[in-house]
Amino acid sequence: MSGGKTSKTARSSKGDKGAAEEMWDLRLYTAGQTPKSMAAIRNLKRICEEHLPGRYNIEVIDLMANPRLAKDDQIVAIPTLVRKLPDPLRKIVGDLSDEHRTLVGLQLRRHPQEERT
Amino acid sequence: MDRGSHSHLKGASLEKAPTGIAGLDEITGGGLPRGRPTLICGSAGCGKTLFGMEFLVRGATEFDEPGVFMAFEETAEELGQNVRSLGFDLEKLIAKNKIAVDYVHIERSQIEETGDFDLEGLFVRLNMAIDAVGAKRVVLDTIETLFGGFSNTLILRSELRRLFRWLKDKGVTAIITGERGDGGLTRQGIEEYVSDCVILLDHRVNEQLSTRRLRVVKYRGTTHGTNEYPFLIDENGISVLPVTSIGLNHPASAERISSGVSGLDAMLGGEGFYRGSSILVSGTAGTGKTSLCAHFAHATCSRGKRCLYLAFEESPAQLARNMRSIGIDFEPWLKKGLLRIEASRPSLHGLEMHLARVHKQVAEFAPDVVIVDPISNLVAAGTEVDAQAMLLRLIDFLKGRGITAMFVNLTAGGNAWERTDVGVSSLIDTWILLRDIELGGERNRGLYVLKSRGMKHSNQIREFLITRQGIQLQEVYVGPEGVLTGSMRAAQEAREQAADDERRQQAERKQRELAIRRAALEAQIKALQAEFTATEEEAKLSLAQSAARDQALQDERKRAAERRGGAGTTSTPRQTTKGRRK
Repeated sequence: MSGGKTSKTARSSKGDKGAAEEMWDLRLYTAGQTPKSMAAIRNLKRICEEHLPGRYNIEVIDLMANPRLAKDDQIVAIPTLVRKLPDPLRKIVGDLSDEHRTLVGLQLRRHPQEERT
Repeated sequence: MDRGSHSHLKGASLEKAPTGIAGLDEITGGGLPRGRPTLICGSAGCGKTLFGMEFLVRGATEFDEPGVFMAFEETAEELGQNVRSLGFDLEKLIAKNKIAVDYVHIERSQIEETGDFDLEGLFVRLNMAIDAVGAKRVVLDTIETLFGGFSNTLILRSELRRLFRWLKDKGVTAIITGERGDGGLTRQGIEEYVSDCVILLDHRVNEQLSTRRLRVVKYRGTTHGTNEYPFLIDENGISVLPVTSIGLNHPASAERISSGVSGLDAMLGGEGFYRGSSILVSGTAGTGKTSLCAHFAHATCSRGKRCLYLAFEESPAQLARNMRSIGIDFEPWLKKGLLRIEASRPSLHGLEMHLARVHKQVAEFAPDVVIVDPISNLVAAGTEVDAQAMLLRLIDFLKGRGITAMFVNLTAGGNAWERTDVGVSSLIDTWILLRDIELGGERNRGLYVLKSRGMKHSNQIREFLITRQGIQLQEVYVGPEGVLTGSMRAAQEAREQAADDERRQQAERKQRELAIRRAALEAQIKALQAEFTATEEEAKLSLAQSAARDQALQDERKRAAERRGGAGTTSTPRQTTKGRRK
């Protein structure tokens, strides 16, 4: 896995560099103060601090307070993390407890299957 | 829609929300369970979405129950376009806040799953939509799309359960559509258990003919029809045909209606058919079945009643032309709107579709008489069993509405006369059999009434002639020479006529002879009488003469005595005479 990673470092680091130049606009949809939502917020903050220090912006939207946004942003599952920026739009569903999958979802780390190809 | 007749089903059962879908409310005894979820399942293209949409639109327009349509597969625009062909103006209903459509788009490729989640977002959206229009009805179409969007089926399954529970708590009458699974009713195998009512839609193709069918698989807390009911989707939405649910409780009319052929009426107790009865006309090719139907149609229209003529063999124009040749003009009836000829190829639709079309036309046109010409062709649109079932339902349906129905059955040459291809004879009230009578190198048409329930009817064969003035029934010759028809009958009749004439002439001759003899005798009597009178008068004359002579003699004696003088002397000669006499 590490070998594969190094072989594609050039592109991957370029991507990272590109990402490094812009702000990450993240939106986390929750519905009330549920344990899942609280866990998601905690996990997201931790991951961002670790991988995107200083260049992220998290907006937590409580659908209980703003139900209209659920329709506008096509939210079905809770919690859902939406990467508004950089493009393209990505959605990560769940409490973000699996850091690896979260990073893959945010395209901060390549999908294991993609790496093999 | 006639829910009154199903009050026995309603009874103590739970409250129901009428769907407004034609026929469905009859099967379910009033509609879907109010405030509970109903699962509509079926394979692709069976009409689930339309079912749901019609439920909402009818609810909003007919029952003042706004609704929410949560679409997982189509956008609001697409839905609007799709249902416009059914005559539903979805955009208008949305604008009037009667219906809310929420398109839930789940793009698998955009979604990554990490850890625990739930579908609260869906609940929030549903809740918002319900509150926005004050919805009483909800449709979720198709819930399984969720399983395509998320990989954690464990969560989805529990969330689905929660959704059903939530819908119940919310008190909305809900329809959840689901794809038919391989083994069970649904792919996930949970929806059917958590729904209070499950309706299965089916679209099957049998011998290249498609039929849509609907079946109520389960309905908690109520009795329901469990058969498969055919349904169709057309420009008026869905119509389900709950024909088999109709019991044998149709009223029987004592009113009689003319068959249009006076000779036939005479055979049927002199009055014709019973109103609302089923009449079967069967016979081989070219025996005049259609002509008989045309007469009936003509007679119906002449009474000012409407007649629906379903032609499966001839086009309306052809039928009208052919019937003109026997003196029946359909044109004025068609113009007046009393006659409607519906021609279609039997193989155009499946049987159920045919049945459905008949239902629709009967509902629209409200005819007094329906003629189906012929039913034997319907076998081509399905199997014999199907055709029989369809006809049974058709007969029941028409009877239930008090419509007099005439069915034509073409008997194949080799088959027994008294056998119908489609085995409906036992359902028929009056059965008229037309047959060829081959005799003396001629084929003539014979008609007889095989049976006619509830009336005295003729047991005789009539020869029937198709003339320019229509059908005429002729008594056939039944005599020592056997049954004769056609020119043999005519020849026999001529022979009998000649014999009759001969007899009459003989009688006349005898009468004449008698008259002459009487005249002669009378003359003789007169002569004798005259003779007698003459004799009598002669006798009287001679008597008078002798009396006169006596008088004269007496006078003479008197005078002589007077001449001799004295009274004594006068007596003397007398005494002398007296003495002489003694």
